[in-house]
This record gives sequence, C-alpha cells and structure tokens, in this order.
Amino acid sequence: MAGEIGHFALLLALMFALVGATVPHIGAARGNAAFMALADRAILAQFAMAAVAFAALTYAFVTSDFSVVNVATNSHTLKPLLYKISGTWGNHEGSLLFWVLNLTLFGALVSWRGRKLPLRFRSRVLAVQSTLILGFLLFIIFTSNPFLRLDPAPFEGNGLNPLLQDPGLAFHPPMLYLGYVGLSVAFSFAVAALIEGEVTPLWARWVRPWALLAWVFLTGGIALGSWWAYYELGWGGWWFWDPVENASFMPWLVAAALLHSAIVVEKRDALKSWTILLAIIAFSLSLLGTFVVRSGVITSVHAFANDPARGIFILAFLAIVVGGSVTLYAWRAPKLAPSGLFGVVSRESALVVNNIFLSTFAAVVLVGTLYPLFVEASGAGQISVGPPFFEYAAAVLMSPLIVALGIGPLLAWKRGNVSRSVQIVFPALIVGFVAAIVLVWRTSGDFVMTAFGLGLAAWLVSSVLLEIANRLRLRKGASIASALRKITRAQWGMSMAHMGLGFILLGITISEAFTTEELTVMAPGDTVDVAGYDFTFEGVAPIVGPNYTAVRGFFTVYEGETILTSLMPEDRVYSNPVMTTTEAAIYPLFSGDLYAVIGEAASSGRWSVRLYFKPMISGLWLGAFMMMVGGVLSLSDRRLRIGLPTGRKARVSGASA
Amino acid sequence: MKNKLFAVWVSLLAAFAAHAVAVDEKPLEDPALEAQARALMKEIRCLQCQNQSIEDSNADIARDLRALIRERIALGDSPENVKSYLVDRYGDWVLLKPPVKSSTYFLWGSPFFVVLIIAFLLVRRKQSQSVAAPLSADEEARLQELLEREQ
Amino acid sequence: MSRFVPLIVVAALVALFLGMMLSDRNPNEIDSVLIGREAPEFSLASLDDASPALTQADLSTGKPVLVNFFASWCVPCRAEHENLMRLAGDYRVEVIGIAYKNEKDQAIGFLNELGNPFSKTGLDLDGRVGIDWGVSGVPETFLIDGDGIVRYRHWGPIVGDSLETRLLPELEALR
Repeated sequence: MAGEIGHFALLLALMFALVGATVPHIGAARGNAAFMALADRAILAQFAMAAVAFAALTYAFVTSDFSVVNVATNSHTLKPLLYKISGTWGNHEGSLLFWVLNLTLFGALVSWRGRKLPLRFRSRVLAVQSTLILGFLLFIIFTSNPFLRLDPAPFEGNGLNPLLQDPGLAFHPPMLYLGYVGLSVAFSFAVAALIEGEVTPLWARWVRPWALLAWVFLTGGIALGSWWAYYELGWGGWWFWDPVENASFMPWLVAAALLHSAIVVEKRDALKSWTILLAIIAFSLSLLGTFVVRSGVITSVHAFANDPARGIFILAFLAIVVGGSVTLYAWRAPKLAPSGLFGVVSRESALVVNNIFLSTFAAVVLVGTLYPLFVEASGAGQISVGPPFFEYAAAVLMSPLIVALGIGPLLAWKRGNVSRSVQIVFPALIVGFVAAIVLVWRTSGDFVMTAFGLGLAAWLVSSVLLEIANRLRLRKGASIASALRKITRAQWGMSMAHMGLGFILLGITISEAFTTEELTVMAPGDTVDVAGYDFTFEGVAPIVGPNYTAVRGFFTVYEGETILTSLMPEDRVYSNPVMTTTEAAIYPLFSGDLYAVIGEAASSGRWSVRLYFKPMISGLWLGAFMMMVGGVLSLSDRRLRIGLPTGRKARVSGASA
Repeated sequence: MKNKLFAVWVSLLAAFAAHAVAVDEKPLEDPALEAQARALMKEIRCLQCQNQSIEDSNADIARDLRALIRERIALGDSPENVKSYLVDRYGDWVLLKPPVKSSTYFLWGSPFFVVLIIAFLLVRRKQSQSVAAPLSADEEARLQELLEREQ
Repeated sequence: MSRFVPLIVVAALVALFLGMMLSDRNPNEIDSVLIGREAPEFSLASLDDASPALTQADLSTGKPVLVNFFASWCVPCRAEHENLMRLAGDYRVEVIGIAYKNEKDQAIGFLNELGNPFSKTGLDLDGRVGIDWGVSGVPETFLIDGDGIVRYRHWGPIVGDSLETRLLPELEALR
C-alpha cells in the first residue's frame, strides 16, 4: 500500500512541478500577480508530495516490505534499524528521491524566508527550482522508480553493502546531497537574475546565506566521508582523489569562491557576471557529480550499478540545465554592467585573488578527473591520473592562495594600504619562516616540502590571530570584553573558517611526512615500538555481531611503563552480502592518532597487523569542524539573515567574512 | 568451549577467505629499501580495485605486485626500472602519476595556464572599470563643456 | 567573447560524455599491451604429471591458439567454462589453460567437475606468469596466431553474446 501511495505522490508532484515551472514565468512576463503567486503554492505542494513519497519509501524500508524491488535489493531484516533508514538513501533510486525531497524543501524554504523578495523575482526563482525538480522527477519516474513491485515478494532481502553500514557513511551522503541541493538555490537565483537581466547588491545578500549553508553541508559531508575512509578502509588514508571524491570537492571549491565573490557584489556592486557564473557552475558541478556516479563513464569505487538508459537521461538533463543556463549567461551577461570601482590593492582585489585560485583549482581538478577520458577519446591510449598529479596541483595553486589569505582580510575596501597591512602581519611572516627553518634544521634538510607546508600553516594561523588582535586594537579605550563583543559573528565566522584551513594544512603536512608505520606479523605477547609507543599484542577473539562475524585483535599500548589505552581493531565478515571490512581502532592523542588494524592469520598463531602513529592528523577533522562552525556563525549573523531589514549602522561596520 | 567455537569459526572464515593462494607479506629488512618500495607502491594503480594505489588495497593482485616490487627492489633494481617493468606489462594505465609526454603536456601545464586564463577573464573585466583610467581628450573636453554650462 | 567560454566548455564536455557512452567500452577494462607482440616467455609445470612443462614454444603451432587463465576459486570462470568447452569441441580451437594462483589438486578438481577443454595446461601458482601477461584478474583469454603473436585479449568471462560478437570474429580473421 505504501508503495502505491508513494508512487501516486510522485505523479502528483510531477503535475505540480509542471505547473510551478511554467505558470509563474507566464505571470512574470505578463505582469499577472495571481500567476506569479502560484509559484509559492506549487512549490509547497511539491514539497508535501515529495515528503509523502519519501516517507512511504522509508516506511517500506523500516518494515522490510520486500514486495518493493528497491527494498528487496537493498535491505535485509537483520540489518540494524539505523541502516534500514539510511538504506533509503543508500541506493540509486532512493538517493534520487532524497534529492527531490531536498530540492522541494529548499524551494519551500525560499518561499517561506523570501517573503521580502519582490514577487516577480521570487516567482522566477521558484519556477527555476521547479524546473530542476521536474527534471529529477521525470528521471525517477521513467528510469529509476523506487516503488516498483516484486511479485512474488521474496522472504529475505539482499542486504546493504556492509561498507555502507557505518554511522559515518549513514550520514555522509545526505550531508553531501544537502550541500549539492543547497547550491540549487544559488543556481535558481542566478538564472532568475539572468532572466530578469539585473543583479543588485541585494541579490548577493539573498544568495549568500544559501551558498553558505550549502558550503557548510558540503564541508560536513566531505569531512564525514574522509573520516569514514580513514577508520574504515584501514590504510590510514583519508583522501584518494577518486573521481567521486573530486565530484564533491569541485562544488565545494566553487561554492567557497562564490561565498567570497558574493561579498564583492554585495559591498561593491562589482564582479556581478562572474558571481552569477560561479553560482551556475557550482550547481552544475553538483549535477556532474551525480552524473559521474551513475553513468558508468568513469570508474570509481563509489559508483552505483549503472544502466546506459539512465546515463543518457542524466546527460540529456545535464545538457539542458547546464547548457541552457550558460547559453542564457552568454546572452544576458553583457547586461550586468559593473558599477563598483576598486583599486589594485584592496579587499576586493584580495577576494579576486581568492576567486582566481579557488576556481582554477576546481577547474584543474576537473581536468585531472576527466583527462583519462580525453586521452582515450583522442586515441592516445589509457592513462591514469592519480594523487601525485592532484597533490602537485594543490601545492601550485593553494600556496599563493594561503599567502594572500594572510593579508587579504586586513586590506580595506576600495583602496587598501599594503604596507600597513604587511606591518600588522609581519610577526606571522616571521612565525612561518621560523617554523619552516626549524623543521628543515631538525630533519637535516630531508623535508623541504613539509617545511614549506608547515611554514604556510603557521603563517595562516598566526595571521588570523593577528587580524583578530588588530580588530581589538582598533577599539582603543574599550575594555577587551566589549571590544570582543564588537566583533561581529560574521567576522568571527571568517576567522574560524580561515583558521580551520590552517589546521587542515597543518594536519595534512605533518601526518603525511611523519607518520610512523609498522607492517608486521605478531604472535600474542609480542611488543612493537611505534614512534615511542609500545604496542603489545594480547591476542584475538571471535566476535558475533547482528549480521557479521569478526575477529577482534587486542592491543595494549604503553607509553614507557604506563598503560595508555587498549586498541581493539576488527576484521569483519558480513553475511548479507558476504564481504569483509576492516574496522581500525583509533586512539586520538593530542600529538596524533594511535591506529591499529588487524589483518589475516599468518602461520603458527601469528597475525599480520598494521600499526601507525599519525601525528597531528586530528588537525583535519578539527579544521573541517572549525570551517563548519565558522559558516554557521556567519549564517547566524543578523545582517546575513534574509528578509531582515538592515540598519545603516550595521552596513557601515560591516566588513565581513 | 570457547576454543571449540573459535575453531569452528576459523574454519568458516577459511571457507570464505580461502580463495587464491596468498602471499606472505613482509616488509624488507633494510628500511631504506623498504621506503623506496613503499614510495613506488604509492604510484602504482591497483588493477582490480580502481583508483587506489596498490599500497592501500586489499586486492589479491595488489598484494602480488607489492611482493614483486619488494623482491625487485631487494635485488637492487632501481624504482625507475621496476616502473618500466610494470609499464611493459600493464601500460601507462598502471602509473598514478602520468608520465610527462605529448599527450599529457596539457594536463601538467593546466594549473599554470588555467590560472592565467581565469586571471585574464577576471582582471580584464576589472580593468575596464579601473579607477585610475585617466579621461581621454574627448572626455576632458566634454567635461569642460559641462562644467562651463553649469556655471 | 569571454562570455561564450562557459558555453563552449560545456558543449565540449557533453560531446565527450556522449561519445564515451555511445562507444561500448567497459571503463574497468585495461587494454592489453601484448596485442601485436610475441607472447611472453614462460615455463610452467603441467597439471597433468605425465605431460611436459608448458612453455612459450607450445603457442606457435601454425594455427590460432587460445590461452585461458582460470582458477577454481573464480566464480566467473565457472560461468564461461561451457563456452570454452564449445570452443574446443564445436569450433575445434586449441585451448590452453593456465591455472592462476590455484592449488594443483583444486584446479584438477575443477576440470574433473566441469570437463576439460584444454589440450595443455600450466600451473601458475604464484601468479608471476599472469603478471608477465598483464593479467589483472581471472578469467582472461588471449588469442594467439600461428606465429605466436598475441592478437586479441578477451577481458573477463566469455559469456552472453561476447563469444559470437567478439571472440569468434577475431578468431575467424586469423583462420
């Protein structure tokens, strides 16, 4: 029954989307307010129907209704409840439905929060959003219906890929999807502005919170995925430059560029057509990610089982949405004349530098990801583009960005004073140099690149601190507490996010260079020294979980004579479907992570093990968390909330994140 | 009791895992050679698992290639030789770091020329509205005219 | 003109994707570098104690020969086995089997159970000969012409219509 309700709700949603995608445009063209106002009702109706459909699918998963093909192929009665629920979006059809749910949800939020938007503009935005929803609904209904029935229903389902049965991975896809879909709002705003032929500072003010929200979700989604890879794949790696990882990283980079360029539009009425383009590209790259995962064009560990009909459909959809919007851009961009002027040395210029490097990096990641296809299509054989290339690109493009990042926030709008700003961050320059030189000296010159990375990280973190100190100093006379309070949340958010980047860089640099690793075979009672910590192998025991069996290894870690912790890594064999997974045991210390993996049984009661000490790796998760907190802080700043009237005062003091 | 359970279970595991003939994996005695081997493994793509290096893959063939690399490095082969040995058998595909040659110039150069293109697009747009652009003679004349008319 | 740059890039990408999707390539498949080259040198003990070791010389017989890498633990190998039997029987091709990373008695058990299409066999216990042939997993089947030159490599199991549409045309071309 739930299946039929869900299916019916999808069809109704399709009708509403059809209305919502067309009628408001007619209304806007003819100046018919009733037609335009229909956009709000249509989007709410789409949201309601998508919610019903999604609830129906979730119900089918939770009750293990195997008469629904999708449930039978992706679930199992023995699966814990959490993974029954996460199974809803853990497959191709369900994840598309989740996309639709979020597209409608964000549309409804725009309708709700955007009451202050001019009716004409709002109806255009919602109509564009409805067009996106329409495309996804057609895709679901014609190629990927999650409500298809199976007759007779099997007694048991096939189960979910065990790698997905993990708390980190249960929430990693929805976070990413929320990020991707959040960018759809920026996209709809951009296309609506192109149709209307006008971009105002107010436009940027409306778009920025959505872009920021999407970016926060993307940051969280990427960080969760990365963390999952770190503890689940059992090799201590956390980023592999896999096409699907790149597919989430590119929109993240472009969204970050968009956040910054929208500030320039808002404050200075410049960079307008560029910002519009970024909004289009950010969402287009999200769609490309969906395409990559489902089309089978590129191989990836993450790929869904692919089906050519689906691939062709998504490609057509991609061509229409992305091709249509860039055509519109080519046609309308000349109308978006910039009016704000700024000098070569100014906050605006610093943000332009930011945009140059962030968007170049995104473009280069795209080139690297697709390059094997170019080469193969041109008949020059097969090549691989892996981490060494992307690491090179990151070093070339992120280093100048980080150097500029230390100074940028100190420059004034319009025309900045470079020598005064350099004076302020001079101590940070020294800290960076000293850090690099000390490292080169301590390692007798073996780690030049590491020293460079460490120097950059030290420069970035200390320049952010100096920048905060400088803000306090500007308010002479006031007590520290009141001066601190004067710093807006948006400013705190910016500092947090920038410092987060510094910590991430620190974590990457130090853990890449100084990880200690022991690959060895141990018998119970053996002790191995890993970076000064003694790992004693106590033995193994069998474990029976709800839908797996495992061998659990026991290690006691000593620092000198004292017991630090015990680590219990597992090697699991899931039953439905049969698959082995590694569960690393990790003990985070301030200085780094102790990391243990149990491998296979070797001869005579010994086991192969991998033991690591990964210094500073927590900087990655801490940094990503700081970025998210920074984003949320900035979002919570009154002046950024949509629809709220802004006082003149707020504007004047409004240097921003 | 516990031991018996364990035995049953190990035999079950064996039933699942007793696939191919496994290679015993041991790092090289000489840490310098092992470091060389490991660095090389990072650059060799796993043939079964896609987009992972053989260094961090559980796949069977990855393990075999690791053993092969260690063996050749231990015999005194240079990493470059081992690389070309693998390329001879699996093609450039096996290298995660694509060799610099005519088909990859575009790739390796991309960070540099993309940055130039984007900078050109952004900065040119900015210059067309540059603050410092002086008025042309024509504009100067018109300004003068307007000012005079004002008075 | 810079406003047309995004449009051009998007059009190029769509064309690339479309081309890739319409060509029936398998993105997991790695081209064999052996095509057009002589089969690598090797010498492997036969599964059958009475027979001499299998070597490269056994491949240049003046007639096309198939070399099939298989293993008893490999499920797709079971799936393609029937087609190997047909190739050896109905199509009268000489098929040589190399047991890849397989214990000898298990490989023999596999052939006893499903039938033996192979005229000669070799045992590649450590998989090194497989690496020399550029094998990434079993099954893989190589077509070698009368002069011992590798002409075609069939990646993955010979199942579905791939026998008729891929392997046989290559084979006919050599006959």
